[in-house]
Amino acid sequence: MTEARLPGTFETAWLVARKDLAIEFRTRTAFLSALVFSVLALCIFYFTWDESIVTAADRAPGVLWVVLAFSSLLGLQRSFGVEEQDRGIDALLVSPISRESIYLGKAIGNLIFLAAIQVVVIPALALFYNLRLGQPMAIVSGIVLLAVIGIVAVGTLFSAMAVNTRMAELLLPLLSLPFFVPILMDAAQATTRVLAGRPVSESWPWLKLLIAFDLVFVVACTLAFPFTLEE
Amino acid sequence: MVPTTPAVELSGVTRVFGRRRAVHDVHLSLQSGECLALFGPNGAGKTTLLRIVAGLLRPTKGTVSVGGRSLRDDAAARAQVGVISHQTMLYRALTAAENVEFAARMYGVSDPAAAAQQAMTLMRIQDRARTPVRALSRGLQQRVSIARAIVHRPTLVLLDEPYTGLDAAGAAALTDMLHRVRAAGGTLLLVTHNVDEGLAVASHAAVMVSGRIVRRDVCAGLDARAYLAAYRSIVIGGDGAAAPALTGIAS
Repeated sequence: MTEARLPGTFETAWLVARKDLAIEFRTRTAFLSALVFSVLALCIFYFTWDESIVTAADRAPGVLWVVLAFSSLLGLQRSFGVEEQDRGIDALLVSPISRESIYLGKAIGNLIFLAAIQVVVIPALALFYNLRLGQPMAIVSGIVLLAVIGIVAVGTLFSAMAVNTRMAELLLPLLSLPFFVPILMDAAQATTRVLAGRPVSESWPWLKLLIAFDLVFVVACTLAFPFTLEE
Repeated sequence: MVPTTPAVELSGVTRVFGRRRAVHDVHLSLQSGECLALFGPNGAGKTTLLRIVAGLLRPTKGTVSVGGRSLRDDAAARAQVGVISHQTMLYRALTAAENVEFAARMYGVSDPAAAAQQAMTLMRIQDRARTPVRALSRGLQQRVSIARAIVHRPTLVLLDEPYTGLDAAGAAALTDMLHRVRAAGGTLLLVTHNVDEGLAVASHAAVMVSGRIVRRDVCAGLDARAYLAAYRSIVIGGDGAAAPALTGIAS
């Protein structure tokens, strides 16, 4: 045996995340499909918008969260797909890393993946709906980041559960979307208030709820994850 | 004499999938430096047994220990184990070197790049180090997979049909590697249905049929042809009824 110092939970989590991002960077399949979907959805919503009935500030939050919810599913779907192809997951499971660190690594990879998509989606949304850039969009970006944490926490867990089934593409949204609801509800409420130009203090109760859901989902899903890998 | 802790010990291991009993009451003990070749027909439960030893499956009944410890709960124990399967456990988009280095980092190897290079040289694939795995043939992928499994120099190697897809050079590299592991005091558990390949490296042999180990032998002085004939009669018999026919072969 070579002289070895077993890496810690966060070190291995980062290794797993870096590996996943390297694979995605090489293939770009999930990123491109999520990006194309997002831009296409933004276009469709834009062309069905009657400005004389609904204002941009009322319309934009709904569009943002619909696009984010469904583009997230495209990204999450591939998360454990790469592990299943040649049973790479087995190599991870027999290695000395903890199952929790596999989950955290996958979640970090998904978080960066979804954040990268939002880097395109948020400016595109501002462009389509003529939203004021600067402070409001910076706050919206912060809300998106908080929401993505919760979505990734839940989605990564269900991606691991669904991947071994014959109907993974169907099962992931079926399992995830009900758990996305509280996150999306809080985030949409907060975004609506910010884009309507109201003070941030009005959004604060929703943001507190969002942070609470994030904490609950991250902790619960990290603890539940090892059981999803049992055959 | 002081009793030593077995490198691998299975006691009454049973695994049930629904109503099917894949592994039934298996008792097995391997000392350090031994190599057990586990033979059996398709569906005999060999892979399930290996996955239980590797900690990938929980036994329905019974206990498994590696060096006196449970692989499932002990990271340090897992760090001593390498697993080679007919499934490559590689990431196709990454290069051979990236796959092996990734494994080295997971095991905390101090110089992952050098260790990966060394493992790939051992498997004679160093010239393909920068090639994405998806561009390699099945046999070369298997060699990369073996390099991945041994990059941290495990003391226990679990092998499930490791010769799958390997050409003569690849098979020779694998056999050399297995001899090296044994020479260094390592332990091997080799699951295969190819008797010749198994007997080439094994110190002990066992036959598994319908989830049960029906025969065990010491390989020293074993007549491979007679063993193969007896093994075939067991497999064709299907339930291990012909197992007594092997008695005396190991003389």
